[in-house]
Amino acid sequence: MDILLQQIINGLTTGSVYAIVALGYTMVYGVIQLINFAHGEVVMIGAMVAFSVIMAVVGMGLPLPPVVIVLGGVLAAIPVCMAIGYLLERVAYRPLRHAPRLAPLITAIGMSIVLQHLALLIWGRDPRAFPQIMENTSHAIGGAAISSVQIAIILLSVAMMAGLTWFVYRTKFGIAIRATAEDVRVAALMGVDANRVIAVTFVIAAALGAVAGVMVGTYYGIAHYTMGFILGLKAFSAAVLGGIGNLAGAMLGGILLGLVEALGAGYIGEFTDLCQWPVARDLLAERCMADGHVVLFGSNYQDVFAFLVLILVLVFRPSGLLGERVSERA
Amino acid sequence: MNFSVKALSLSVAAALLMMGCGKNEEAPKPAATAPVAPAATVVKIGHVGPLTGGIAHLGKDNENGARLAAEEANAAGIRIGGAPVTFEVIGEDDQGDPKVGNTVAQKLVDAKVVGVVGHLNSGVSIPASAIYNQAGIPMISGSSTNPALTEQGFAGVFRVVGRDDQQGPAVANYLVATYQPKTVAVIDDATAYGEGLANEVEKTLKAAGVTVLPREKGTDKTADWKAILTKIKGKQPDAVFYGGMDATGGPLLKQARELKLAAVFSFGDGACTDKMAELAGAAAEGLICSQAGIPVQAAGKSFTDAYKAKFGIDPILYAPFTYDSTKLLIAAMQKADSADPAKYLPALKAIDFTGASGTIRFDEKGDRKDAEMTIFTLKDAKITPLAIIKGGKSLTLDEYAALVAPPAAK
Repeated sequence: MDILLQQIINGLTTGSVYAIVALGYTMVYGVIQLINFAHGEVVMIGAMVAFSVIMAVVGMGLPLPPVVIVLGGVLAAIPVCMAIGYLLERVAYRPLRHAPRLAPLITAIGMSIVLQHLALLIWGRDPRAFPQIMENTSHAIGGAAISSVQIAIILLSVAMMAGLTWFVYRTKFGIAIRATAEDVRVAALMGVDANRVIAVTFVIAAALGAVAGVMVGTYYGIAHYTMGFILGLKAFSAAVLGGIGNLAGAMLGGILLGLVEALGAGYIGEFTDLCQWPVARDLLAERCMADGHVVLFGSNYQDVFAFLVLILVLVFRPSGLLGERVSERA
Repeated sequence: MNFSVKALSLSVAAALLMMGCGKNEEAPKPAATAPVAPAATVVKIGHVGPLTGGIAHLGKDNENGARLAAEEANAAGIRIGGAPVTFEVIGEDDQGDPKVGNTVAQKLVDAKVVGVVGHLNSGVSIPASAIYNQAGIPMISGSSTNPALTEQGFAGVFRVVGRDDQQGPAVANYLVATYQPKTVAVIDDATAYGEGLANEVEKTLKAAGVTVLPREKGTDKTADWKAILTKIKGKQPDAVFYGGMDATGGPLLKQARELKLAAVFSFGDGACTDKMAELAGAAAEGLICSQAGIPVQAAGKSFTDAYKAKFGIDPILYAPFTYDSTKLLIAAMQKADSADPAKYLPALKAIDFTGASGTIRFDEKGDRKDAEMTIFTLKDAKITPLAIIKGGKSLTLDEYAALVAPPAAK
């Protein structure tokens, strides 16, 4: 039982990070129907900038409380990522806004490669260890351990999701974003500055990405210039799972994906251990006697789950669990 | 509006170009500093390792070793066949990926290299070795430990490190003898190296009567080990072995301690670097790991000093071995007085050479004779040798130094 609880805690933590990154994909998709494949790299750069700032502050030996230092890292990462988000939109996507949809997609992949190699030039090829300055105390709940970093990640994610929802549904600018998402041209006719709305959407997505990057960095204790790729791909899967273009969908998709991964990796090995199933046990009697276990799918399938979920969703419910907003446009 | 966009993209393009230039300036340096005699023939030696990706630091370490050896040879003004020669190391990046490895192997063959030092990962070396074999180009790996590499019957394939069927038993026996574990969990990164080594460890553990849990697997890019570790924690093993590299091993160890998994952790050579202390922090203290050769600390001092002077950093793991591999190729060419692979290969097979990693002789398969294994523990953020296993005997670092005193002073 405590193991199940532990896996759920693990899943919730990674799921919260996926959700925050997925929000970045889904917001951009919502307004301009573009999959910003460079978003994963923005997350990576957020982690790297925070790493540099934290290292510099720790190096100076200022008697600051650890929380302040990490916060300083986050506050430095956010504007850098916002600037990159803005540049991406301005340089790579805006000139192609009326081009065929394939063109901006290819630019997105190109920008992802550019950003990755830029990070390689700046931060080098070594995996960078995040300094463990925050005392990572584990708290016991019902036999499982939850660290303060995990608690911080989950709480911060919830706060950011709530803040974003408030921004999009309760502010004037949020209305402009939703109007643009429904139809750029009509929104423009109603006096919405579409260019500005789209740029701001990119900037907000990048800011969320920056925070997610720092979360991943402090959680795994490692930052690397290739870390954004798989993370981005998984968050993208989460966004599709929930229904891309749909804010609540990205949040739900992220959390679900995190849980599916953790529980999948934790239990699939036991479920597919052929030695516990009556018929298979007799067929494989010799190997079961010798080894005790004949496992069909092991935990190495952990990364496969995200993409398996993506395929299943695309086959059975192409618009995602909560449905995409495109239908509203008709 | 349009104008400003153009200006912006131009400036970004210009910035990128400048960065590109900055990088290009670095690359030709070794060639520029080498004394180029006007009539010198250029002898090309290939080096391949992952220069991008999670273990790029280890690939660069290997390449540095090879470059240092070539540079020293150039400074010594070696003549082959009566003419002065300049050795040029062509460094290629295989990204630690077997597919890319094959592509760059073919590229090196097409570039007419006379010998290859590499690759780093066993999983990449094994398929690439077939390409070199077909082209008749000798290859020496300074770090691939999977036994299959030299079991293919290829005449020109060598390695200057030990094999995993020596390394696995060495680390497993050490675990059994020191900690008497009842249950051990074995994890690997699903590469030829990690899985092969984990299999050897599991075999030895089972033979010693230890219960081994069903194998858990990540990948060579896994950052999140919590799900696997949580599952393992439920089985309460006394020890954990991980076959994989340091970039994944560090987070694994750190997350295990966060989950309060109290087992003894042991790793193979890929995760036996000082980087572990940096990646896992305090959690790394006390881990046990093995290297398929002598520790860097026992490498010839002249090598360590020269490496540090040239690159400004300490060698990490297998640089002494790629350094020696390059020197072996050059020594064999000198002996045969030819840079033609067909002519110098017999000299390479029969070589008896003392380099930074001790005395190197090859057996008929191309494996290093009497390869040493070293067991380390991580103490005060540095990997510290506990025992060097040579010819079935366990020696301390001092005993080993006494044993090889004359060659080590090189």
